[in-house]
Amino acid sequence: MDPKRSRNSPDSPESTRFPDEVLERVLSLLRSHKDRSSVSLVCKDWYNAERWTRTHVFIGNCYSVSPEIVSGRFPAIRSVTLKGKPRFSDFNLVPENWGADIHQWLVVFAEKYPFLEELRLKRMTVTDESLEFLATSFSNFRAISLLSCDGFSTDGLAAIATHCKNLTELDIQENDMEDNGGGWLSCFPENFTSLEVLNFASQQGDVSFDALERLVARCKSLRVLKVDKYVKLEQLHRLLVQSPQLTDLGTGNFQQELTPRQFAELESAFRNCKNLHTLSGLWDATSLYFPVLYSACGSLTFLNLSYAALQSGDLVKLLPHCPNLRRLWVLDTVEDKGLEAIGSSCPLLAELRVFPADPFDLDINHGVTESGFIAVSCGCPKLHYVLYFCRQMTNAAVATIVQNCPDFTHFRLCIMNPRQPDYLTGEPMDEAFGAVVKTCTKLQRLAISGLLTDLTFEYIGKYAKNLETLSVAFAGSSDWGMQCVLRGCAKLRKLEIRDSPFGNAALLSGLAKYESMRSLWMSACNVTMNACRILAREKPRLNVEVMKDDETDSRVDKVYVYRSVAGPRRDAPPFVLTL
Amino acid sequence: MENPKPYERGDLNFKATELRLGLPGSEEVKREATSSVRNNKRASPDMAEEGGYKGGSNANNAPTAKAQVVGWPPIRSYRKNSFATKKNEAEISGIFMKVSMDGAPYLRKIDLKVYKGYSDLLKALENMFKLTIGEYSEREGYKGSEYAPTYEDKDGDWMLVGDVPWDMFMSSCKRLRIMKGSEAKGLACGV
Repeated sequence: MDPKRSRNSPDSPESTRFPDEVLERVLSLLRSHKDRSSVSLVCKDWYNAERWTRTHVFIGNCYSVSPEIVSGRFPAIRSVTLKGKPRFSDFNLVPENWGADIHQWLVVFAEKYPFLEELRLKRMTVTDESLEFLATSFSNFRAISLLSCDGFSTDGLAAIATHCKNLTELDIQENDMEDNGGGWLSCFPENFTSLEVLNFASQQGDVSFDALERLVARCKSLRVLKVDKYVKLEQLHRLLVQSPQLTDLGTGNFQQELTPRQFAELESAFRNCKNLHTLSGLWDATSLYFPVLYSACGSLTFLNLSYAALQSGDLVKLLPHCPNLRRLWVLDTVEDKGLEAIGSSCPLLAELRVFPADPFDLDINHGVTESGFIAVSCGCPKLHYVLYFCRQMTNAAVATIVQNCPDFTHFRLCIMNPRQPDYLTGEPMDEAFGAVVKTCTKLQRLAISGLLTDLTFEYIGKYAKNLETLSVAFAGSSDWGMQCVLRGCAKLRKLEIRDSPFGNAALLSGLAKYESMRSLWMSACNVTMNACRILAREKPRLNVEVMKDDETDSRVDKVYVYRSVAGPRRDAPPFVLTL
Repeated sequence: MENPKPYERGDLNFKATELRLGLPGSEEVKREATSSVRNNKRASPDMAEEGGYKGGSNANNAPTAKAQVVGWPPIRSYRKNSFATKKNEAEISGIFMKVSMDGAPYLRKIDLKVYKGYSDLLKALENMFKLTIGEYSEREGYKGSEYAPTYEDKDGDWMLVGDVPWDMFMSSCKRLRIMKGSEAKGLACGV
């Protein structure tokens, strides 16, 4: 690696015809980090030109590299995206204090990237001290986005609001955030006007509405505003009046007794929002107040109703007003009838997510079934992304669905009762997922469920040639299943498996493959310490991290394998054994 | 549609008063049909717990209570908590009911939401007022005691506790009165 910029020499036969300046100019236009990775592999000159022109770095696994290595290679970074914990940490499968703490990164960045502007974190631990450090160390800081992070409270937000004079984006989504009151919002100075994105939808308490209203009024460039559920309808009206330019709105609580005049005023405020393309929030919404939205729904492309326990009738009333929807998230309270309404009203729909309202109550026969899914597939041929939680499914239904929608890139089906067979035939759901992988040749992401034998994995290995992410739970019969996938899916990057009978032979069959993947997670499988040790020994550039509940049992509870150029991590807690 | 569990609790025989469609005597058949559907759904976890399985054949018994599996279904804590909060908020607002007892100098108040069914409620009343209420039967009301638990419903009528399904009772009960002596006997004779 040549840290110095190589000057073009006309005598050198290996040098490019372009002067560095031109090459850099061209490369600076490249945004996609995948393209940039490809460019950097062409030759040394291109590697250097690329590294000098990269302004945004995406790090999919914070332990795959160290902040020192990153800052050593890329001197001009202004924007960083980091992802930390394994995805199953979202479901409490990773103990607390596992790691992925942002602080050390910030310390290095403060020295190497004093002009850092943007930080986007997913599944990282972020403390209030870190937020304060961030707010006071980077004078140009503009945008922070925290998704599924933990470790901080509203005090940290106060630090950001107080010190970041040029903030354009404060996006706090679905985090485990401690609520110490809503006073942080009042910390934005009165002369602060640069905010474009404000999302505090996941806050669990009140903010000062006066402060919020004044903030919205003076930030004329605000285009994204997502408030929490403590903001009432009549307060929403006052906010909308100040910000008709919004493109992305998250309402607060949508249930309040309004007088006819208030109703009319709210309707008028929505009518004035001519650029609205995303709508969310809508806590406790019922169809009673939907009419205030109708005028704004024509331009909607993304509607998130997953916090509103709507019935099918509510959707039947609302959806005809939203003909341009591309993305729709709902709760399964809308049932199959609601899904039929989707099929008939949303011909452009590309993404559907159906979340369960009562996920832990398996005695209730509510929610959606295979018929709802079929109805959507009939009416929405452009569907390519689905996340579907249900209590029953059949092989035949899934086959029909993918016949109707062969372009799936993301197919995530969760039959909520583990190992449940086809409820009509009693057979495993192998043929369902076989149909998916055979028909949907563009499939990149797959999550499987239901009663599944090794046959499912044979199908996946044989047909899912573009598969990058696979999530497995309570599935498979033997090592053979996992071996099929590791052998057959050339583009596989992320494999996460829980509660499945895959053991050492399966783990070790992927020896040659794991360096080409981002990570492998296996929990509650049949892997033992010995196999993990062998893996670690054979592949020194992999980090093999083991978590064991029981000291005496030779089986490991959780093993997390990932490639890294930074070596074993030095911040592993006592319950994580790095082999 | 109806969850039969409340009726199966304790000594009070509610099967006889359960509201359902169907001829008397057809009950047993219907029950079996329900539980075999349940069997289909529950088959696999039973077998899984034994550590091995093949295919999808039915298990013998549907487990009535399922242990929750950690992290399943895969829903982010944030989303889980927003529904838990709703439920908790609903639970925090209890259904408080005045209870008077004939001859007692002052009234008591109870929260109906705390009780799972009639036998729970009656045990609590027995504790609170230090008395025995006796066995309920549809035919004879409360036998074996001079007390009868009654309640005033939405229409202003005084009803014997135990005649209607628990959920209906919770929503129609305005206040409770434990009747004593001959008045109680009058009500108990199913007028």
